[in-house]
Amino acid sequence: MKYAYYPGCSLERSAASYHTSTMAVAGRLGLVFQEIDDWNCCGATEYFAINLLPAYALVARNLALVPNDLTELTAPCSACYVNLKKTDKYMGKYPDLATQVNQALVAGGLHYDPGRLQVRHLLDVIVNDVGYQKVAEQVVKPLSGLRVAPYYGCLVVRPGNGFDNPEHPTSMDRLLRVLGAEVVDYPLKAQCCGGHMTQISADVAYELIRRLLHNAAEYNADLIACVRPMCQLNLDAYQSNVNRHFGTDYHTPILYFTQLMALAFGMSAKEAGLGSEIVSAHVALSKIGVEMPKQEKGKPRKRPNKQALPMPTMPDEEA
Amino acid sequence: MMASESTQPSPPRTFFEEVMAKTPGGEALRLCLQCGTCGGSCPSGEDMDYSPRRIFAMVEANMKDKVLRSNTPWNCVSCYYCTERCPQEIPITDIMYTLKRMAIAEGLYEDADAPDWSQTFIGLVEQYGRSFELGLATRYHLTHRPLGKLRLGTFALDMLRRDRLALTPRPIKNMAQLKTILSKAKELEGAR
Repeated sequence: MKYAYYPGCSLERSAASYHTSTMAVAGRLGLVFQEIDDWNCCGATEYFAINLLPAYALVARNLALVPNDLTELTAPCSACYVNLKKTDKYMGKYPDLATQVNQALVAGGLHYDPGRLQVRHLLDVIVNDVGYQKVAEQVVKPLSGLRVAPYYGCLVVRPGNGFDNPEHPTSMDRLLRVLGAEVVDYPLKAQCCGGHMTQISADVAYELIRRLLHNAAEYNADLIACVRPMCQLNLDAYQSNVNRHFGTDYHTPILYFTQLMALAFGMSAKEAGLGSEIVSAHVALSKIGVEMPKQEKGKPRKRPNKQALPMPTMPDEEA
Repeated sequence: MMASESTQPSPPRTFFEEVMAKTPGGEALRLCLQCGTCGGSCPSGEDMDYSPRRIFAMVEANMKDKVLRSNTPWNCVSCYYCTERCPQEIPITDIMYTLKRMAIAEGLYEDADAPDWSQTFIGLVEQYGRSFELGLATRYHLTHRPLGKLRLGTFALDMLRRDRLALTPRPIKNMAQLKTILSKAKELEGAR
């Protein structure tokens, strides 16, 4: 099974572990992902707030760059996925938009016929094209005893992306069960983590993140599995800020679902791209006997020199 | 934008018509029932000046200034819950994007944080073809209440220590092509 592959900017660095584990898992499952040559950013949730046509043209350049022999395009990042899918869909639905987007593309020597590509999220490709059965056949080290909370977030299932229920998705639940994990079915699994709000209006974002961490913790999850770099970043890298903000003490590692697949397929922690998460997954994964790569220890905090403090002493202690 | 416009384009007259014309599928806004499902589904609704339902009533009443000055569109997190649930199939998230665009174009937004963030992000994308997180973070946070964000320093260190932050941008190969496409698109947008 061969697909055009759109990694998206995050997978180059901040979510490199998602890319590493995706490639490792794809190899095992017989998926061939051909990266779009010279792809550009999808504009995330930002460009539509500034310009309409340039935003669609930016996304459409990626669609136009997919070689003609490929008809399916997959993206592991939900935001990239929605932008790619929506651009294809809207160009098909609104001919005026398609005409103008193509006028812009033609200026750069490109063209895209809406409907030519099927845009698919990586999760969709794995559960529907590969299938649970074939995934199960690869499991050699089941994640037995590990309580995993699948976190879908928004854009993998909304707006009406078709492969799973937009409010109560279950495809990742089933996938994790196939990997041998104990799946935590918690109500907020498709709620929003705040997206870019961590940068703009931290209080709004922290509350949304807190709700998710709290809900997963209520159900005794050992870790949260996610499908989008932004969610991973918000829940992982801002977890300590959330704890400070609310006086809470969450310590929930956030991994990509592909990392858990790699572990269940018997791959090493390194092949699964582990070790770059800010909230260490060490304790959680020791439950299934995973040896984590050694993390560089930070410099020990400077302690104040005790002798520098003029502590009063009792008179009879002197001499 | 709408299919009907291609046969008989007529310039939008009111604010309400302008909002609809600038949103793909925006005509559906006429069908709003004021049921409030949107606001009830919104994860950040409580932080908005006006709920989405109220904003749509205000749009229909052509209260342009109040609508574009409100923080409502800027608190939209693009989660698409409202769009998913709207019984009239109004593309609510897209309308919020339209309100953001209009607020920027008219310079009417009150709090510059969100518009600046979007513009800084896109400025770098237009320059390199891909996002550049470190450049974005430094450009944005150093000019937006930097003292309140000292803790982000530890965040950056955490990310750097785990090799999750690129120090230099990595431009795409064919920047010339992308720039041509985007400037043509901007030209067409200006003429819409």
